[in-house]
Amino acid sequence: MKKLLILGAGTAGTMMLNKLANELDSSEWSITIVDQFETHYYQPGFLFIPFGIYNKKDVIKPKRDFFPTGVEVIVSGIDKIEPKENRVLLQNNQVLTYDYLIIATGTKIRPEETEGMMGELWHKNIFDFYTVEGAIALADFFKRWEGGKLVLNITEMPIKCPVAPLEFVFLADSYFTERGIRDKVDIHFVTPLPGAFTKPKASSILGDFLTKKNIHLTPDFSLARVDNENKKIVSWDETEIPFDVLVTIPTNMGDDVIERSGMGDELNFIPTDKQTLMVEGYDNIFAIGDCTNLPSSKAGSVAHFESDILFENFLDVIEGRKPRAKFDGHANCYIESGFGKGILIDFNYDTEPLPGKFPLPGVGPFSLLEETKMNHYGKVMFRWMYWNLLLKGKELPIESNMSMAGKRL
Amino acid sequence: MSTIEIAGKTLELDADGNLANLSDWNEDVARELAKGEGIEELTDRHWQVINYMRKVYQENGDAPSIRKLTKESGVDTKELYSLFPKGPAKKSAKIAGLPKPKGCI
Ligand SMILES: Cc1cc2nc3c(=O)[nH]c(=O)nc-3n(C[C@H](O)[C@H](O)[C@H](O)COP(=O)(O)OP(=O)(O)OC[C@H]3O[C@@H](n4cnc5c(N)ncnc54)[C@H](O)[C@@H]3O)c2cc1C
Repeated sequence: MKKLLILGAGTAGTMMLNKLANELDSSEWSITIVDQFETHYYQPGFLFIPFGIYNKKDVIKPKRDFFPTGVEVIVSGIDKIEPKENRVLLQNNQVLTYDYLIIATGTKIRPEETEGMMGELWHKNIFDFYTVEGAIALADFFKRWEGGKLVLNITEMPIKCPVAPLEFVFLADSYFTERGIRDKVDIHFVTPLPGAFTKPKASSILGDFLTKKNIHLTPDFSLARVDNENKKIVSWDETEIPFDVLVTIPTNMGDDVIERSGMGDELNFIPTDKQTLMVEGYDNIFAIGDCTNLPSSKAGSVAHFESDILFENFLDVIEGRKPRAKFDGHANCYIESGFGKGILIDFNYDTEPLPGKFPLPGVGPFSLLEETKMNHYGKVMFRWMYWNLLLKGKELPIESNMSMAGKRL
Repeated sequence: MSTIEIAGKTLELDADGNLANLSDWNEDVARELAKGEGIEELTDRHWQVINYMRKVYQENGDAPSIRKLTKESGVDTKELYSLFPKGPAKKSAKIAGLPKPKGCI
């Protein structure tokens, strides 16, 4: 029997499990997956919780609903990977060996990395929305809030779902307008990037949306510390921005298990070949999703496109061939822009987000870098697709490598 | 492709405005590039960072992120921001003649 071990049963691990369990001959392969938790969170849904659009039960399901039959599932923390010994130690003291390993342990927020972030105002006037706890605490706060200065800040790049902070301020504009207190809420978007987004064209178009929606942009602001007493954030070059409520995207890092295993960079992301998805230095280990150091967005859609590539390369490698499929960094992100509308961007390693129609040239139905109702339905549909197609490893109606069709240069 | 004129020579730049060819770099070029970033004089502390950047690039083929800089260059984050205001990793990479660090996406 050959052994495949998958670490992490989030978006990427669950997808790979379903795809491979379906393909590999069960008389030749034993497949094991390990995760510390029994609950699967639909993380894109966290964005909607602060505004009362979703609540907790809209974003959780038991992980077991998505596991195929005939695989071994272990619920335990992972203590250490010993890649040279082909061995993994679990926190429940089990020791697992493998022939092939897929790492999908994701990334999480690390507010403790920034001085003062977890001070006395944490989850009182300072919130995150990248955890379900943070999103719920913020929903409670907003319900009772009468207005003031709302500051959203990105602490440092990279972060998962780099469009989520923009969506947050767009939705805040919409939410406070509907509550009739928009004139009492001053919204600020503070980022270490030189503009609203990472790539120039999208950055300028999305920047215009911020202006149109009366959201103030502060670029080039790298957070050094949070001053709880005077309610302000302070940058490394001592610029200060006061707030009444701070919604922060803390530093994102890979799990500590990667550091304990000596397999990560300074943010615990795993050096991974950006085309083959094989972990650098090993010929039997793959990495997928947010845990890698790939220069692409950390998003569920990206993990999905990667899963098609990893699947093909896995089959090559176990049959003794060189991995032939190449990932191009494809990302496809719906950006909620408030008032029932959305914006769509589609890009890869080499091509920045461009305007046009998607996926059919001239037809759409989605419009790239434009605000439309149809794009919003795309986002709403994404939750259904996530639970019913994506996690189960089924085909989505989008190519895994990006297409230039329909895009305007 | 855009270019820059330094000491009578025309040097090619990449899409991010960094030197396209590592071999075009020397210390005088660095001083001129620094001026373009608003840094009038390169002190020993600047050079410590620039030399560290070049060493890491030669070893790994990628310029280090701000975190790696803080951990390993011997210059802490606070000072990095005062030496290279706004974006220490990005600016020091540019002055060191390297492409923009991959982490800065
Ligand atoms: C607010 C928000 C909005 C988002 N919006 C979108 C969107 O609109 N579109 C989109 O495509 N993506 C979006 N994303 C991003 C998307 O959710 C992630 O990119 C995706 O879930 C990554 O999948 P993953 O499998 O790599 O990591 P995860 O799904 O996070 O899974 C990692 C798993 O590993 C387990 N694990 C880690 N370490 C250990 C350990 N030591 N021991 C045991 N188990 C461990 C964890 O328990 C977890 O189950 C959003 C994310 C957030 C936070």
